Amino acid sequence: MDMKVTRKPARWPVPAELDGDDEALIAAIQGGLPLVPEPYAEIGRRIGLDEAEVIARLRRLQAAGVIKRLGVVVRHHELGYRANAMTVWDIPDHRVDSLGACMGRFDFVTLCYRRPRRLPDWPYNLFTMIHGRDRDEVLANIARLRRECGLDGIAHEVLFSRRRFKQRGAIYHAPEGGDA
Amino acid sequence: MPELDALDRAIVNRLQAGLPVSERPYAEVAAELETSEAVLLERLQRLLDERVLTRFGPLYDAERLGGAFALCAMAVPEARFDAVAEQVNALPEVAHNYRREHRFNMWFVLATEQPDDIERIADAVREQTGLPVYVMPKEREYHLRLKLEA
Repeated sequence: MDMKVTRKPARWPVPAELDGDDEALIAAIQGGLPLVPEPYAEIGRRIGLDEAEVIARLRRLQAAGVIKRLGVVVRHHELGYRANAMTVWDIPDHRVDSLGACMGRFDFVTLCYRRPRRLPDWPYNLFTMIHGRDRDEVLANIARLRRECGLDGIAHEVLFSRRRFKQRGAIYHAPEGGDA
Repeated sequence: MPELDALDRAIVNRLQAGLPVSERPYAEVAAELETSEAVLLERLQRLLDERVLTRFGPLYDAERLGGAFALCAMAVPEARFDAVAEQVNALPEVAHNYRREHRFNMWFVLATEQPDDIERIADAVREQTGLPVYVMPKEREYHLRLKLEA
């Protein structure tokens, strides 16, 4: 069985254009924002930019989508969200967009992505991550999704996580839950 | 689980939406939460120390920085699971790795600087383990919720 897959997704997003100061700024805040009253002035001192320049560049990087968010990254487990299930669905191609949009509207769906099938072993093309305080809550949420989005007859599987082996602090847009 | 009081929860919920980009961002948020800048900074430090928060800073879109991600799955024989996990986790490109209850029991994310590196790293895993690696990059995002109620 040759599982080597060389096909890339149809389109990778275009990288933003960054200059040297942007790169220095990205590197300077990567480890976290300083917990001082004027954090952007402090960052500027470290890389030789004044506060106004740091603020202008950060706003530009946010507007360009390079920085999705500047804030806290929580540990789900410590907030009491102890169960998570990657729930995968085999949806006819022409219905993926509409059903994906339906599922994505629910608060308990923390992410909802279309991915390629890997036939014959893996028939599922829509991945949803569902966090809950316990497994029962996760399963109840899945039942609600099936009911409200009309998913009867759509094959799906629920993959609960048992152990997390490795997590580096999410610096990139790769949410906890074994997904990206 | 660390005890969080009402102010801790308000801080976590508020800052998941993002810190303002302004001269006194903590003072602004403190005013919204009806506390002081000094208390907010002290609470944030404590939430980080207690590991309720993994980090406080930017969340980048690696793809906009020119990088790439892909979710990968493997069906690892039970007897080899720990050894294979060790091999996979040793790679710096593996961002996180979850064990899930399924024949496909190992799920990890590759994060690389260049899109071409995804297949190169997946090949390295195939070679090292002798097992298939199913690479499933995101094709379309219907939703990404960055916030969980504390």
